[in-house]
Amino acid sequence: MPKFTRRRLLQTGLATGAALATARCGTPNNPAPGPEVNTNSIKDVTLRFIGTGVAQINDIRDKAQEDLGFKIELKALSTEENNQIAITQPGQYDMFDGEYFSLPLVIPSGNLQAIDVKRIKSFDKIASFFTTGDFNGLPVETAQGTAPIKVMYLSDQNSSEFSATPTDWATLIPFQYNADTLGYRPDLVDKEITSWADLFDPAFNGKTSILDIPSIGIMDAALVVEAAGLMTFGDKGNMTREEIDQITEILIEKKREGQFRAFWKTFDESVNLMSSGEVVLQSMWSPAVTAVKAQGIECVYAPLKEGYRAWGGGIGMSAALEGAKLDAAYAYMDWLLDGWVGAFLGRQGYYSAVPENAKKFMSAEEWDFWYEGKPAAVDMVDPFGKTLEKAGAVRDGGSFEERMGNVVVWNSTMDEQVYLVQKWNEFIAA
Amino acid sequence: MYKSWKVLQPYLLATPQTLIFLMFLVFPILMIFVVSFWQFNGYAMTPAFTFENYVNIFSSQVSLATYLNTFKYVTLVWGLCVAIALPVSYYLAFCIKRESIRVLLFLLCTIPFWTSNIIRMISWIPLLGREGLVNQALLNLNLVQQPVEWLLYSDFAIVLGMVHLYNFFMIAPVFNSMMRIDRTLITAARDMGASGFEVLKEIILPLTAPGMAIGSIFVVTLTMGEYVTVRLMGGGQAASIGKLISTQIGSLQYPLAAANAVILLLFTLVMVTGILRVVDIQKEL
Repeated sequence: MPKFTRRRLLQTGLATGAALATARCGTPNNPAPGPEVNTNSIKDVTLRFIGTGVAQINDIRDKAQEDLGFKIELKALSTEENNQIAITQPGQYDMFDGEYFSLPLVIPSGNLQAIDVKRIKSFDKIASFFTTGDFNGLPVETAQGTAPIKVMYLSDQNSSEFSATPTDWATLIPFQYNADTLGYRPDLVDKEITSWADLFDPAFNGKTSILDIPSIGIMDAALVVEAAGLMTFGDKGNMTREEIDQITEILIEKKREGQFRAFWKTFDESVNLMSSGEVVLQSMWSPAVTAVKAQGIECVYAPLKEGYRAWGGGIGMSAALEGAKLDAAYAYMDWLLDGWVGAFLGRQGYYSAVPENAKKFMSAEEWDFWYEGKPAAVDMVDPFGKTLEKAGAVRDGGSFEERMGNVVVWNSTMDEQVYLVQKWNEFIAA
Repeated sequence: MYKSWKVLQPYLLATPQTLIFLMFLVFPILMIFVVSFWQFNGYAMTPAFTFENYVNIFSSQVSLATYLNTFKYVTLVWGLCVAIALPVSYYLAFCIKRESIRVLLFLLCTIPFWTSNIIRMISWIPLLGREGLVNQALLNLNLVQQPVEWLLYSDFAIVLGMVHLYNFFMIAPVFNSMMRIDRTLITAARDMGASGFEVLKEIILPLTAPGMAIGSIFVVTLTMGEYVTVRLMGGGQAASIGKLISTQIGSLQYPLAAANAVILLLFTLVMVTGILRVVDIQKEL
């Protein structure tokens, strides 16, 4: 007969519970706090990244590990998941690879720490619309929306207030960005697309699409309705409630008329829509155009007279980084701007934060095609070995200065963000 | 002492399951319930006790339209699933005589589960799209002059996608119920002069009801929360509660999403309770 009594059972149970509770305090992710021994070599560090798919590429990680000597872990997420984790799960990452328009949401969470720009070697060489807001007097200087310069600097190291003028404390170190516009199938569209207004052209009824991410989709929609003369905005990047009401109404009307074939949310959806011919004209991201072309289907990334919508991505540091990990983070950011990554991303059509460094790692022909807008002297091959453009092709929209200079809006987080999402849902549900 | 051990035994055996149940089901649902009363401002949420989120949902035309739309999908998908599952199961259970063929045919019903959801969704495009197989066939047969647009990115496509996905959840329990019907009952009915239709009405359908109820619970709960199919097959143009919640989560509006989830859960529970009231599924278990 087993010697169990209630008392004995209770004792054992309590003891087990206590043992479990004690053991949990020392789980690997949560080491007992103790004095930090500062002999950690940078080689023992592992930096955990979260980011969108664009730069969470194994080739970049492998090269970085080889050059820098420490370990890097990547986690590729959607734009929305990336923001969610950045804000709600600070323990999950060391480095935040995100977009500038996320910052009005991420910075107030206090999960990122200010970057000391004096420690970044190439900081002065970064494209000037990031660091000073100037760019040869071109339209990008006055672009609406969450332009990087508006959220680039914090007023001091421990502040969560953005500074309108440059300080020594940066939020993100940019490394990739692009000017987005409408893409179309020249074989299925019988005219040249020159204006955002063409998205509402009745000729393309049931054959257009925009993207279903409120912060980005609304900017494309704003460019379209403004170009079509349907309404005007005080500031497209920061609409009032009345403006949001009005634009939603226009969008719902167009949806009821059957103007849109579908809305897309992920990169591959936009590629499928375009390559299957379901949609002939839609807002697109540049690598999606490339992916359509790679299937042997003609696709033009149309330069439009109203200008481009731009996005910019950069690297931020978790507030928890210190010691060797912090040093590793700065080393990584220097490496990031050094040019190898810039050239790697450049071959896919993205721009590097420090073009002059990227140039060192690109062939003269590549540089001329991607940055100078000159006809390709040889076939253009992407980093994965796929031929993107045949010799003789010219980049849609032309040179770096022509494309980035003509940015008129950036992806935006507005003051009325909550209201915008509510109205956007209304549009989707209508 | 031995006696008390005997009394404790079932409780101890049930403890691990109960703990897991509490930790991973009850606790999260409670958290969702609590959060649904919180406030939020676009990037953060603050603990509070406000009915604002609920007021917001009940006073908005959009949520009303979205709920109605979701119910529309549930009704259509459920109806079609029943309509397909009954004859299919009947055929499997009563018309096929050889056990091996029956098993083989039943396994064929699981084909939709052999590939991932996403792949299946994408492969609808070359079938139903503007330049898809169906449209090409219709055009070549001169049945239509213009490609039919409503085949894809429409309510039709959404319902088709969901029926395709969830039909098996109805077929399996209905088939199971039919297999358990005592064949002598049917023979007896026939001997007493019942027609085929009367056998169906008086014996097979009533005895299949518990299976249909279980299948309905599966189909209704799955369809109520559905958002991937709605997004992909509807081309992002159609709304369902699940999709509404996913957009709200994507925009960090957790409390609003939580409030919607609570309401959705309540509606689903009401429907499940309703089904259980009508049919006694105890018989089946």
